[in-house]
Amino acid sequence: MLEPLLELVGITKVYPGVTALDDVSLRVIPGEVLGLIGENGAGKSTLMKILGGVVSPSAGTIRLDGHDHATLTVGEAIGAGIAFVHQELNLFENLDVAANVFIGRETLVGGPLRLVDNAGQRVRVAPLLERLGADFAPDTLVEELSIAQRQMVEIAKALSMEARVIIMDEPTSSLTISETERLLRIIADLKAHGVAVIFITHRLGEIAASADRVVVLRDGRVAGELARAEIAHATMIRLMIGRDLKSLYVPPRSASREGGCDIADLVTAAFPDRHVSLSVRHGEILGLAGLVGAGRTSLARTVFGIDRNRGGEVRLDGAPVVVRDPRDAIRHGIYLVPEDRKKSGLVLELPIRENITLADLPRYARMLLVRRRSEAAVSRTQSARLGIKAPSIDTEAVALSGGNQQKVVLAKWLAMRPRVVIFDEPTRGIDVGAKNEIYALMRGLADQGVAILMISSDMEEVIGVSDRIAVMHEGRITGMLAREDFSEYNVLRLAMGQAHEPAEAA
Amino acid sequence: MRKELGLLILLIVVGGITGAINPTFLSAVNLLNMANLIGLFGVFSLGEGLVIITGGIDLSVGSMFALLGVVFIDLLTLHQWPWPLALLAVIAGGVVLGAIQGTLITRLKMQPFVVTLCGLLIYRGAARYYTTDSTRGFGYGDEADQLRTLASGHLYGVPNTFIFLVILAIVMGVALHRSVYGRYLYAVGKNEEAARYSGIRTSLVVAGAYVISGALAGISTVLLVFYTDSVSPSSFGNFYELYAIAAAVLGGCSLRGGEGSIFGIVLGTALLQVLQNLVNILGIPSSLNFAVMGSVILIGVLADQQFQARRRMAAATGAARRAMPVPILRSGEQKT
Repeated sequence: MLEPLLELVGITKVYPGVTALDDVSLRVIPGEVLGLIGENGAGKSTLMKILGGVVSPSAGTIRLDGHDHATLTVGEAIGAGIAFVHQELNLFENLDVAANVFIGRETLVGGPLRLVDNAGQRVRVAPLLERLGADFAPDTLVEELSIAQRQMVEIAKALSMEARVIIMDEPTSSLTISETERLLRIIADLKAHGVAVIFITHRLGEIAASADRVVVLRDGRVAGELARAEIAHATMIRLMIGRDLKSLYVPPRSASREGGCDIADLVTAAFPDRHVSLSVRHGEILGLAGLVGAGRTSLARTVFGIDRNRGGEVRLDGAPVVVRDPRDAIRHGIYLVPEDRKKSGLVLELPIRENITLADLPRYARMLLVRRRSEAAVSRTQSARLGIKAPSIDTEAVALSGGNQQKVVLAKWLAMRPRVVIFDEPTRGIDVGAKNEIYALMRGLADQGVAILMISSDMEEVIGVSDRIAVMHEGRITGMLAREDFSEYNVLRLAMGQAHEPAEAA
Repeated sequence: MRKELGLLILLIVVGGITGAINPTFLSAVNLLNMANLIGLFGVFSLGEGLVIITGGIDLSVGSMFALLGVVFIDLLTLHQWPWPLALLAVIAGGVVLGAIQGTLITRLKMQPFVVTLCGLLIYRGAARYYTTDSTRGFGYGDEADQLRTLASGHLYGVPNTFIFLVILAIVMGVALHRSVYGRYLYAVGKNEEAARYSGIRTSLVVAGAYVISGALAGISTVLLVFYTDSVSPSSFGNFYELYAIAAAVLGGCSLRGGEGSIFGIVLGTALLQVLQNLVNILGIPSSLNFAVMGSVILIGVLADQQFQARRRMAAATGAARRAMPVPILRSGEQKT
């Protein structure tokens, strides 16, 4: 067996309040394709950031060519021949291909003038592009390239740095089938030239087609390792799941009522060629699961009127509602608690009071002037009802913890008349105590007859809080699970685009 | 209010020192003369302030004065319009120009700097072409005598322009700090996306600020025309947009948007006029006028920034201490 060129021993990374990686060991042998899989939040990205020198591990050793390092710098990582092809490509669209490949390491001419040797760089890039089978020239502007072509630029860049390990983080997530096949061919070619590839993906078929070995991460630990002969879909999925889910579930007080919000054949900006249909009944919490990028946020944005509706309709209790902007949605009682509360949910520099009344300000005004007293009264009521912990209602939202900020966003909508509330990752970045409070509030709302759609990438949350789960995969609803079918296995299968097997239990 | 208080103290200190060196500064004649100038410059500075609070900028007001000014004089003298009609026409002209700029910025997503810079060039050029670069003035007739008295007269010795500014500032202060529109203006200036997610029609709010700025530019045109009594289209109102921006920034508006107050803008205008006056009174070469203004704004904004940074630091450590007992996931460090 070849000497591993890269080895991780006992890598642990602790963030305040959460352990992202726990005693992870991993080795990479020259010329092998190592598949790395795991759910959202399993620790893949943190692991890759450690390899790239962006994040320092809390404990453990990184062994490169026999030398031990406690942590890597970005320079050391590059020097050791570790290169990345990122999920969101890090290219300069306004520069040409050659300039991107040599960014930060430009060939200079002109002596003291230190001019960039554009012509020379292009000549040096050409053979790399040829080797990858690229159909574009070195002087093409990156903005004119497709995503697949941009990936080739990243790979060419890695090759130009004489990379020995190329880490590809979900490289195929936005590629067509033929582009994916071409990428898999490139991977095989890299392998033949002795370059190792760490291939992170959610698409198990690609792993099965290309990987020599698979490492499965779960909750920051290595859940298992499969040799080439052992790689099979079912085995991989079983390794990815199987943690103890705490029971968070509080059943509804009464069965969900008739009526609610029907999303019929809606076309979203993220997947303009797909139609989404979904129904949320009054009084239920419908979980919307799926992998990151499955189109869930885009669906929420379209229903709420942030994105233009490209087709299909939204019905409320059977009656179609026309939503051209968030104002229309709000008028119909359709509210959104957005994914990024700091960017879209709150005006951070405004006090709690003004954030709570912002969406319904005319109600607090007489003769166009805001009556602070009634504003303050409502803010106090809502703060007490939601248990917002702050020195006063005049505290700026920026000074609050994540959980309290989220409660302020919620208070804004609860002070009005909600009929449908969409929560997009409602507890992301929130500590455990506040999480449970938010779940209780959601259940309380549902019991009052509000229809709740909860988008979540947190498996524990989806399974623990929802009454039903809809699973989305690449812009489509791939399945709807009733409570008795809830299992991590079933959700994950559907999230990866595979058919639901009702009889199977995990 | 802390910012405004600081500015007020600065104003009093500067005034006091200047008065101590040369008592002429505090003479009634000089003070009333300054009051008149503060009134003239304050009106359009308030409009500029609103635009800056939305995170935008209006570079076109100075050229609007020239274009609307020559039109105003022609309406009164050449076309013999009754003054109320001419006044309304000029204000409406400002509203229309502001609305066009606001529409370009909000609907067609053009940058405020570019749109209003083009406005500055176009209006000035239009005014010069329309008059073939000749100065427009009133004849020996008594056109619009009533309006002239209103615009450039005095009440108990106090210039009407100053009185008008005080009334306007009160009305706009209430509007900005108490009304629904005012709240929206700050919310949009601070975080347009969150405002949109709260159902606010952010385009209307932003465009509204440009319309108000245009309307106030229309009113200012009339006040300025009666102050100078003639309009030379190539120089009338030159650089006045920069005075307005300077006053707003000095008064606590941030060019990033979402910050500033009416009282602050008025104080900023006053401080600028005091500085100009002080250059004259203290015998500083008047060529240094702009240099003095620039230095004071630079120092003022720098001091304010340092002060705020220190306050934020204090607030941050305070918040961290409060949050100590609970383990908190730092934002941006969510699980992947």
